[in-house]
Amino acid sequence: MRLVVEPRANAPLSLKLLVSIVAGLAALLLVAIPVLLAGRSPLDAYGLMVKGAFGSMFSLSETLTRATPLILTGLAAAVAFRARLWNIGAEGQLYIGALAAVLVGSGLFQLPPLLMIQVVMIAGFIAGGLMMVVPAFLKQRFGADEVVITLLLNFVVILFIQMLIEGPIKDPLALGWPQSVPLVDAADYPKLIARMRIHFGLVVGIAAALILWVVVRRTVLGFEIRAVGGNRAAAKFAGLPVNATLLKVALISGGLAGLAGVGEVAGVKGYLSADLSPGFGYSGIVVAMLAGLSPIGTVFAAIFVAAVFVGADSMSRATGISNYLADLVVALSLLCVLVGGFFVRFRVRLDRAAAQGA
Amino acid sequence: MDAVFDILLSVNFWVAALRIATPLIFGVLGALVCERAGVLNLGIEGIFVAGAMSGWMAVYLGADLWTGVLVAALAGAVFGAIHATLTVILGLSQHVSGIGVTLLATSLAYFTYRTALPNVSTPPRIIPFQPLNVPGLSDLPFIGPVIFQQTSLTLLAIALVGVVAWVLYRTPLGLAIRAVGDNPASVEAQGLSVIGLRFGAVVAGSALMALGGAFLTMSAFDAFFFGMVNGRGWICIALVVFASWQPGKALLGALLFGAFDAFQIRLQASVGQIVPGQVFLMLPYVLSILALVLVARKADYPRALLQPWFKGQRH
Amino acid sequence: MTQAGSIVLALDGITKRFGKLVANDHIDLVLHRGEVLALLGENGAGKTTLMNILFGHYVPEEGAVRVADASGVLHTLPNGSPGAALAAGVGMVHQHFTLAENLSGLDNIVLGTEPVFRPWRSRIAARRKVEAIIKESGLGVDLDVRVDRLTVGEKQRIEILKALYRDARVLILDEPTAVLTPQEAEGLFVVLRRLAANGLAVIFISHKLGEVLAVSSRIMVLRGGRKAGELVTAEADRRAIADLMVGRAVAMPERSRAVAGAPVLEFDRVSVKRGSLRQSLHEVSFALRAGEIAGLAGVSGNGQAAIAALISGLDLPDSGEIRLDGASLTATSPARMVKAGVARMPEDRQHDGVVGTMSVAENIAIEELRDPAFQRFGFIDRNAMRKRAEAAIAGYDIRCPGPDAEARLLSGGNVQKLILARVLERTPRLILANQPTRGLDVGAQAEVHRRIIAARDRGAAVLVISEDLDELFTLADRFLVAYAGEVTDAGPSEALDRSTIGLLMAGQAAEPTAQVPA
Repeated sequence: MRLVVEPRANAPLSLKLLVSIVAGLAALLLVAIPVLLAGRSPLDAYGLMVKGAFGSMFSLSETLTRATPLILTGLAAAVAFRARLWNIGAEGQLYIGALAAVLVGSGLFQLPPLLMIQVVMIAGFIAGGLMMVVPAFLKQRFGADEVVITLLLNFVVILFIQMLIEGPIKDPLALGWPQSVPLVDAADYPKLIARMRIHFGLVVGIAAALILWVVVRRTVLGFEIRAVGGNRAAAKFAGLPVNATLLKVALISGGLAGLAGVGEVAGVKGYLSADLSPGFGYSGIVVAMLAGLSPIGTVFAAIFVAAVFVGADSMSRATGISNYLADLVVALSLLCVLVGGFFVRFRVRLDRAAAQGA
Repeated sequence: MDAVFDILLSVNFWVAALRIATPLIFGVLGALVCERAGVLNLGIEGIFVAGAMSGWMAVYLGADLWTGVLVAALAGAVFGAIHATLTVILGLSQHVSGIGVTLLATSLAYFTYRTALPNVSTPPRIIPFQPLNVPGLSDLPFIGPVIFQQTSLTLLAIALVGVVAWVLYRTPLGLAIRAVGDNPASVEAQGLSVIGLRFGAVVAGSALMALGGAFLTMSAFDAFFFGMVNGRGWICIALVVFASWQPGKALLGALLFGAFDAFQIRLQASVGQIVPGQVFLMLPYVLSILALVLVARKADYPRALLQPWFKGQRH
Repeated sequence: MTQAGSIVLALDGITKRFGKLVANDHIDLVLHRGEVLALLGENGAGKTTLMNILFGHYVPEEGAVRVADASGVLHTLPNGSPGAALAAGVGMVHQHFTLAENLSGLDNIVLGTEPVFRPWRSRIAARRKVEAIIKESGLGVDLDVRVDRLTVGEKQRIEILKALYRDARVLILDEPTAVLTPQEAEGLFVVLRRLAANGLAVIFISHKLGEVLAVSSRIMVLRGGRKAGELVTAEADRRAIADLMVGRAVAMPERSRAVAGAPVLEFDRVSVKRGSLRQSLHEVSFALRAGEIAGLAGVSGNGQAAIAALISGLDLPDSGEIRLDGASLTATSPARMVKAGVARMPEDRQHDGVVGTMSVAENIAIEELRDPAFQRFGFIDRNAMRKRAEAAIAGYDIRCPGPDAEARLLSGGNVQKLILARVLERTPRLILANQPTRGLDVGAQAEVHRRIIAARDRGAAVLVISEDLDELFTLADRFLVAYAGEVTDAGPSEALDRSTIGLLMAGQAAEPTAQVPA
């Protein structure tokens, strides 16, 4: 009797879907352990989380609002990881996008809302995109690993933002709180439902997911991205423009993260502050992995992760259990879906037929 | 210019430099051990946090300092084991697993701390490691205060540089680790276990990393703050490349970095009015990026780094 | 003590399956002291698999391995443990060297021989033992140089020393002459005969009949995973062995006389200076003519990779000129070469030839992505791609589940057919075939050769780079030989023989050869 591990000939979509769902559930189940150790009832906690995330119109709106930036940072990670470009800098790209939005949209010029929103979005996309193009370029030119560089840049950007917020773009009307001047009204994202926080950014996110889906599956660029990610050497040998493709991916990936930042400023807060993102960039990586790097899947994975955070906030207020529980669930989801990926790639079975030795 | 010389010649500066360098020494040694065996461990940032929190918490709950250090190392080892299981045994993506471990270790540490101490407004403190005052040695000019008035953990870090170097270059185990990071087939063909070597290296390296975190809460400071690690783990990953995966250069790199950081802190004191503080705070990260870019081209990466090994691959 | 001729090794009923493929089917083998047993068979016959089981890399589904200890008693070896095999006195020189290139030769030999947790190393004693073995066996090599600076032949010596250092009583060599010149191979055989005379039992895997007859005392032929026959070498008949190896009649391709046309590609005093000497070229000049197959012979590491990179569009010369149809090449890229009608078959199929996670259809179309036939305004025409793939699968007999199956599922031979389908459909004017049949079985080999000859007959210029002299003699109209970054034009193949080429491969001319001007 022996454990045999063999590569799977084909991985049906249903299997990948199952793995993602099981991963999310497994993470939730695993988190019962720390809750128990903290002396609380996991069932109560789960119940409160679900209610907090979906229990009312308001909760649903909050969850979707929270999901909005996650869809975009998830897409950012998904498209980059597809090309095996390890963009761990979505957090910094998000902030740079937000900064660009504020610089362009806080009164520099006045345009009607339709145009103003587009201008702000374009500025954010380009800023975020360029921010990722730099490490991608350094990788091509100097062979410097983009993982560490994008990670370190996150810290640099946040400090830079803090510096600007306390200086040149400080809002004099904010009673001393460190925040930027606000966007002009014309640049604000419209709300989707009156008196709720859910905003136009959700539309941007879903549209981006659909566009990315089409690009990856049906276009030449998408083919190149998949080839470069699948086997860079073979893609290069076949004549595909590997470096140009990676730079395009960097631009798109950073741009999407930048759009997430624009959304948080234009749709939620109206101004830029140093606490704009509680780690949306990093959570985006988890979202992308849960979605199996699929653009459509990213939307659902983002809603799941958002539900966990919103639910945990609500549960935390009610029970006093630390809302770091949400981060725990998210971290466990990532590891679970990674392990699940193993079962998608390989089939494991017990081989009874083997007779050993004489 | 005078200000610069004043800073560079002061004993305080070098004391600070070595103190700032210490967590980096632990971290770079840990990352070096993992990567020499062929495994990239991006869990380092989270392991720093876990080491910082668990070591501090053990002392806060009544253990003595060295037990706390042991607890921290154990915490690092556990997270290392998780990373090793995913990457070495299951052959999964080292990048994703590392990020996952960082997220897990960080969130677990924060959750545990918050749950254990729910109502604190200012972080509670412990009595940290005290500067050694070795009679005689501490009074030597310059070297005395700089080295022998550090805490035991700093001396441990320096000693570990020697230990890691010895193991790597003068023992059969070290030979095997250097071989497995270049060509796992060479190790397998000589009857050794690739999985065993890599797993062990990752666990040991992670324990070392955790000590870097423990230093922060048990020596440099005396309390645990959210966000206190602040990217030091990532800086270590950059410094390993800069150190060419050699323990001696790792010590040098960490010292250089510590000196730079100590310098910019002091410079800020004099020039701080004109230049915003954040510029100085940015410098360590920017320096790490520059260091990485400078050496990346010629870096002698362990050839098998990032490549999973499956026993019984079709040869 | 074991007597001369007593059994040192027995394999009983070894069976190994990879999924549905039966790589070894109830194979029995017996080896005696002082014997050189040749394990002969075509690529894919199961020779390497069998030896990997013996050495413990693979675990068999059925069967056992028994090895004699120092007093001649056979003990069953635990499965799946190279450590157990080594301890029992079995040593193996793998086809792809298992050396840590960042360590010295001595370090590689000593690796794994000392207790892992001992806090010191005994280098002096080890060195003494190794030097004694070197003296006795004749395998001279520098022990202190980093292995990545050794030549292929020197690395092989380190591999053999590794086994002898561990007191191997059985030595397995897997295709050892694939990377040697004919003269170096002779030198290896001398060493093996000496070692066998001293009591070492040797198993020598090969697919080359000539060598097997030269060095072995007994021959075992594998075919399709089964033992096809066993003979004593002295009584063996070449014909009989070949029949045992191949089984069915495989039509060997016919090559008519070439009528060489105008030069398609010319190298004019091309020099390339890269990191190591082995990746460099020095004033290389030759011409590839339409309708002619030029064979580039040489041990790997003598500049072939640089030439292949230049023709593939991956590199530019540091000095000298490359001319494509008379026009000098100033800028290059793989895409440019493809557009100029150059068909390139990479040396490492898996690494450079296919994207395993993409489909067969996508892999076939990959060089023509921007062609209006496959895309419009940036959108891919998947139907057109699939149709092309279906035609290719039928025309080139690519065995796969279908055009949408992932390419990683294809066997080596079918990957090569996919690459041929990819590059030959556009009637290229120049074909670079780099190790075109490495790892392929006889049937697939013949097919690939036929396609290459057919392309030549249609007027293409062909350069075949191969370590296999038999293949070159089958295909080449003209021979070029690479040695130490220089290329010698040896002239028409009719006038050449193996030993002349062999000397050129080793850097020595048999007699002054007239350089044919490019």
